[in-house]
Amino acid sequence: MSDELLTVDDLAKSFGGLAAVRGISFEVRAGEILGLLGPNGSGKTTVMNLISGEIAADRGRAILAGGDLIGLKPYQINRRRVARTFQLVRVLPNMTVRENIMTGVLFGADPAGRAAGRTAEDLMQRVGLGTLAGQPAGQLTYIEQKRVEMARALATQPKLLLLDEWLAGLNPTELREGMALIEQIRADGVTIVMVEHVMHAIRRLCDRVVVMNAGAKIAEGSPETALADPEVVRAYLGTDDA
Amino acid sequence: MTSRLFLSAGLLVALAVLAAVPWFASAYVLAVGITILSFTVLTTAWAAFSGPSRYVSLATSAFFGVGVYSVAVAIDYLPLPVVLAIAAAVGFAIALVVGLATLRLSGVYFVIFTFGLAELTKQVMIWYEINQNQTLARIVFVDTSTEQIYWMLLALAVATLVIAWGLRRSRYGFALQVIGEDETVARHSGINTTALKVLSFALTAALMSLAGAMMSLRFTYVDPNTAFNSFVSFQVLIMALLGGVGALFGPLLGVVPLVLLSEYLSGSFPYHFNIVLGICFVLIVFFLPTGVAGLLQGWAHRLTGRAS
Repeated sequence: MSDELLTVDDLAKSFGGLAAVRGISFEVRAGEILGLLGPNGSGKTTVMNLISGEIAADRGRAILAGGDLIGLKPYQINRRRVARTFQLVRVLPNMTVRENIMTGVLFGADPAGRAAGRTAEDLMQRVGLGTLAGQPAGQLTYIEQKRVEMARALATQPKLLLLDEWLAGLNPTELREGMALIEQIRADGVTIVMVEHVMHAIRRLCDRVVVMNAGAKIAEGSPETALADPEVVRAYLGTDDA
Repeated sequence: MTSRLFLSAGLLVALAVLAAVPWFASAYVLAVGITILSFTVLTTAWAAFSGPSRYVSLATSAFFGVGVYSVAVAIDYLPLPVVLAIAAAVGFAIALVVGLATLRLSGVYFVIFTFGLAELTKQVMIWYEINQNQTLARIVFVDTSTEQIYWMLLALAVATLVIAWGLRRSRYGFALQVIGEDETVARHSGINTTALKVLSFALTAALMSLAGAMMSLRFTYVDPNTAFNSFVSFQVLIMALLGGVGALFGPLLGVVPLVLLSEYLSGSFPYHFNIVLGICFVLIVFFLPTGVAGLLQGWAHRLTGRAS
């Protein structure tokens, strides 16, 4: 029996004459953390945007639990239990931390109804925001805003969580806490696809990685194997240094 | 609990006093009251959608005008309640179509499009009246007294406030706020942003059209330049900004002083009315960026802070 949660098949997207994603295919297994790696401009965020419905695909499929996500609106994809964070952290700046998280609780896959308030409180505790519930999210520090974004995504009760450089820009202590949080979320049964550049986080967290360059997949496998692939080394360091 | 009881009782007393105005007020006061009620409906409806969503619409005059003309066209053939229902339905339908086409736009593009829509509606109406109807104006003959128009508008204003209150307290009102904060986040948090924006835009447009329909009975003489006067869109915007869109009664705090100011200026400076009003608008935006409601809330916070 297949344990694939998401199957991405021949996904492609061009912006004018620029082919951002060239027919990429890969699987995401239930319960794993899959790293989506590659140099800047390789098309990783575009893949995240295609899977989450933020942009329309030119062709291809993204099958989740038997249904194709391509062609659906972002809110429909979210209600099919796919949540995401953004490369540049996005909080609702004038709303409180609690209200930010309530957004996911109230409109996600399984709206919490009367228990919404308690669900939001639980999530705030879970991501370490317990004391900041009434603070406007725009006044929080960078890592706190990232936690808000994560809690809001989790509030929609995802089976698949797409993290777009969630660990970027964190100091060493924050990074340790961030990695522990991601491990905890996976332990709670959420499958994760993460675009990331922090190599030791990739090695510690990811079960497998897919490496992209110029819109195409160039390697796939365990972090050690894929990152040692000569083509991956060439993509990151250039031909002369490889 | 007790404070809620007092508030409810206070609102009921205020409503009873307002309903009794036609029995003791002069004709002039009643006329001003009608203008205030009409703008209360327009501004509260405008703020219910544009306030939380931050989609600043300048199409108020289009929906108002649609209401005015629904009555002008249909009142000779149908009873008033049916005509009012038609006015609301036409306003709703137009907003639905326009919303589907324009609410994908955001920011300044939406503002410009709605302004263009209002002007287009007016020009189409002028063209139709001249070329198809061979006239530029219509006379609305209805056996409706000024008092009845006042009561109809009062009922509509109360209904609009109740709808706006209900929307603010509902998850849909919360979702509109999320859209105003960051629409991308809203989309990825399970909110059907298109449906919510279009339906709430259409609902508030229907209320604006109803206000126009009731005012049509008051105007008697109706022409496209009066019915679709784009200045109304700006007046509503300024009233909402002056009052503050963050509180339910905020728009009302803008409507009353600005209608009274307009009345005073039009009487005292008939030739420079628009210039003086324009200067007042600039001063309001400059000195009261959060509106009267924001100013009052700020004072309340300061007092609470001192007390604690």
